[in-house]
Amino acid sequence: MNFLYAAYTATWLIHITYAVTLVRRYQRLRKEIDELKDRQP
Amino acid sequence: MKRAFPILAALTGILLSYALYEALVAAPTEQTMGNVQRIFYYHVPSAWTAFLLFFINFIASVFYLIRRSPTADAIAVVTAEVGVVFCTVVLVTGPLWARPVWGIWWTWDIRLTSTLVLWLIYVAYLMLRRFSTSGQTPVLAAALAVFGALDVPLVYFSIWIFRTQHPQPVIGGGGSIDPRMLHVLLINWAAFLCLAALLCWSRFRLERLQRQVEDAQALESMLAPERSR
Repeated sequence: MNFLYAAYTATWLIHITYAVTLVRRYQRLRKEIDELKDRQP
Repeated sequence: MKRAFPILAALTGILLSYALYEALVAAPTEQTMGNVQRIFYYHVPSAWTAFLLFFINFIASVFYLIRRSPTADAIAVVTAEVGVVFCTVVLVTGPLWARPVWGIWWTWDIRLTSTLVLWLIYVAYLMLRRFSTSGQTPVLAAALAVFGALDVPLVYFSIWIFRTQHPQPVIGGGGSIDPRMLHVLLINWAAFLCLAALLCWSRFRLERLQRQVEDAQALESMLAPERSR
């Protein structure tokens, strides 16, 4: 049973970690866009 | 179109919850392996999803090499990245299933080794995309993806062609599966396909935005010396 739960937990951890990296990359990009807008003359 | 994303997200959430219930509760317990066999409902659909994503990556890469379409290039990057995520799930759940059933975490047989090679090829592809600064990077990456895709049929058909430690196919190739198990397997695959679509959609939007920012930054750096005069 432990191996079963470990496999399911690992699957969800991998997907959640990837989703979190997507969110972080999106936030970093939004920051860059804001900086670009601020630099506009 | 704006509503489609939350609808897909909600559908994916519902389907994944239902698929999890089916896999852990409703599916019959396998007689030989017992409950640990339920890893099958995550391991196999993840592998099929990864294969499908790598196939789309192959089509997009070929299209990019012929037409030099930026959209095809973006689709290739997105499907490779999400495909690697699903392939990672396969490589993690496989040993967790093998240990209680075979008594070992890993063996260098053709199915397992070719899957690891497949993962390494697409990780190399993503590294190339990430760290190469050459203007030819998309072309080189597309060429690598075309050769990398050759490993997908090798992984898939290896258990038909070679004698391996890995179980024989349960669907096609003379294999058989309990209809209730097949039902749960297909529900889980549908749920993982929806999740893959959702991740690809999010990643595609990110890729498009990233390219717009890079274009704007390039334009800004071109105009900067003119402004300083």
